[in-house]
Amino acid sequence: MAEEVKAVSEEDAVISLQGVGKRFGERWAVSDFDLRIPRGVTYGLLGPNGAGKTTSLRMIYGLTEPTSGSLRVFGKEVRENVRAVRARLGVTLQENVLIENLDPRENLAVFGRFHLLRGKALRDRIEFMIDFLELRSHADVPVRALSGGYKRRLAIAMSLMNDPELVILDEPTTGLDPAVRLALWERVRELRARGKTVVLTTHYMDEAERLCDRVAIMSEGKCVMEGVPSELITTHLARETIEFDCSVKEEGEFLRPLEDPRARVRVGRRLMLYADDTGVYMDRLHQREGADCRPFIVRPTNLEDLFLSVTGTSLKEVE
Amino acid sequence: MRLSLPYAMSVWRRNAAMYKRSWKLNLLPNFFEPVFYLTSIGVGVGAYISEMAGMSYAEFLAPGLVCVAAMNGASFEVTYNVFVRMEFEKSYDAMLTTPIEPIDILVGELLWAMSRACIYGLCFFVVVSLFGLAAFPGALLALLAIPLTGFLFGAIGLAFTMLIRNIDLYSFYFTLFLTPLFLFSGVFFPLEERLSGLALLVAEVLPLLHPVRFARSCFLGNFDFIMLWDLFYCVALASLLLWWAQKRIRIRLSE
Ligand SMILES: Nc1ncnc2c1ncn2[C@@H]1O[C@H](COP(=O)(O)OP(=O)(O)OP(=O)(O)O)[C@@H](O)[C@H]1O
Ligand SMILES: [Mg+2]
Repeated sequence: MAEEVKAVSEEDAVISLQGVGKRFGERWAVSDFDLRIPRGVTYGLLGPNGAGKTTSLRMIYGLTEPTSGSLRVFGKEVRENVRAVRARLGVTLQENVLIENLDPRENLAVFGRFHLLRGKALRDRIEFMIDFLELRSHADVPVRALSGGYKRRLAIAMSLMNDPELVILDEPTTGLDPAVRLALWERVRELRARGKTVVLTTHYMDEAERLCDRVAIMSEGKCVMEGVPSELITTHLARETIEFDCSVKEEGEFLRPLEDPRARVRVGRRLMLYADDTGVYMDRLHQREGADCRPFIVRPTNLEDLFLSVTGTSLKEVE
Repeated sequence: MRLSLPYAMSVWRRNAAMYKRSWKLNLLPNFFEPVFYLTSIGVGVGAYISEMAGMSYAEFLAPGLVCVAAMNGASFEVTYNVFVRMEFEKSYDAMLTTPIEPIDILVGELLWAMSRACIYGLCFFVVVSLFGLAAFPGALLALLAIPLTGFLFGAIGLAFTMLIRNIDLYSFYFTLFLTPLFLFSGVFFPLEERLSGLALLVAEVLPLLHPVRFARSCFLGNFDFIMLWDLFYCVALASLLLWWAQKRIRIRLSE
């Protein structure tokens, strides 16, 4: 995998970070981060709260200066070409920044002018974005009267006003209902189809798995894993998962006669075993507890399993 | 990074778009305030004062009040409003995802504060003229004092805003800085008749003194070299503070 990443040449990489770190006081929010994102890829930045995702994005669009390392976007040193770099990218911030007293159309106009759009070009772009994010029914309602879903869509529309080559979305779907999330995924796929590079952060692993060509998992400021989601899952865990409730003591006794699973994760009483074939564990449960054995689930391993296994669960320490 | 005026103007346009929504409601009170001041203090108190510095009290008062209006118009923008946009609404964080740079934001806000100063100041000026207290054509030059006051107090307020971390500190700015300026900068009585020698020289540090003196000279048609000093003071102090504020805003917005 590492070779594959290196194989992306400097010109193809829209974003390239080398040993990038950011220190706040004594703490390193991000440290020694290497990242190379090729053109046209949808890339997921994952990690628990405080892992350093937002800080990394802020460095990428040149707002926060890295304490160490080098950082290039579109092949340019970001801090020395801030205006030129930002003219070609769009950012949806983690928290919506909207003018509550104005309607979506006026908000889009204000933001379009930040990119020096005017006249017909501005008006056309506003109408295009209103259609693209399906805002037309609410285009003349003051923002303060909009629901969370409309506000988020407006925020995303604003960040696309300059038709950016690189789209940065910081938790685009947090707090949205399933229908709005699905609609937004569709928009992201459409951006990808148009050749845009998309970098997004999310706490929803299903979202990352469906949307992202590649992901980086961060933990405490470090990138702990990088690659294609499905490949990461099969290399680091296994294809299948079996999960059921049991105590730590039972676990040892249960597994003793069997081959160790490829990996296991415990969250409180819930135990998850990862194996390419979970049949042996099913049989063992049945054999031990007979017909009315404890309930268990067998399912394909997903990115959430991988995420928990690398970033850990706070409940693990409690046990 | 160098200032880019088009980007600064897009920041100005943002504020203008918000103001446009409610300009009718915003504008009207600006006309009442001068009427109240002039009738209460100018006419009411003025009835007990036969003359001040060689003119009627209302005539003495008028140019200073125009400057005070401009000062207040600018000050509110660059204090509470800028602080809220910077710290609570995070408007600047959104701007900094575009090619806009911190210095563009600073200058855009300054230009907007000057615009507000002009709106307030011009309303006052119109009322004062209707009261027959402005001697034309000299008073027309006094119009220059309005954006000048806006520039000066826009810069002072922006520098203060970039300095503080806590919005509650503005109560000090208003009660310990702007209010004394309002009362002791030659708006209500001629400082040079109450102070002498060193004290009068020290009084030259008061920022509001300069636009007020400039405006009054224009109203009277008394053009004097000291007006050049007043102009110089306003531009020099404002430039100095802006130079400091642009360094601060850059650091502050990239934290
Ligand atoms: N301006 C700042 N000053 C001091 N510490 C900061 C600052 N910004 C971020 N941090 C710290 O850096 C760490 C990483 O924060 P960051 O916002 O990048 O995390 P995140 O991965 O985006 O988290 P979340 O999922 O909660 O959004 C946190 O511990 C945070 O407290
Ligand atoms: Mg974040």
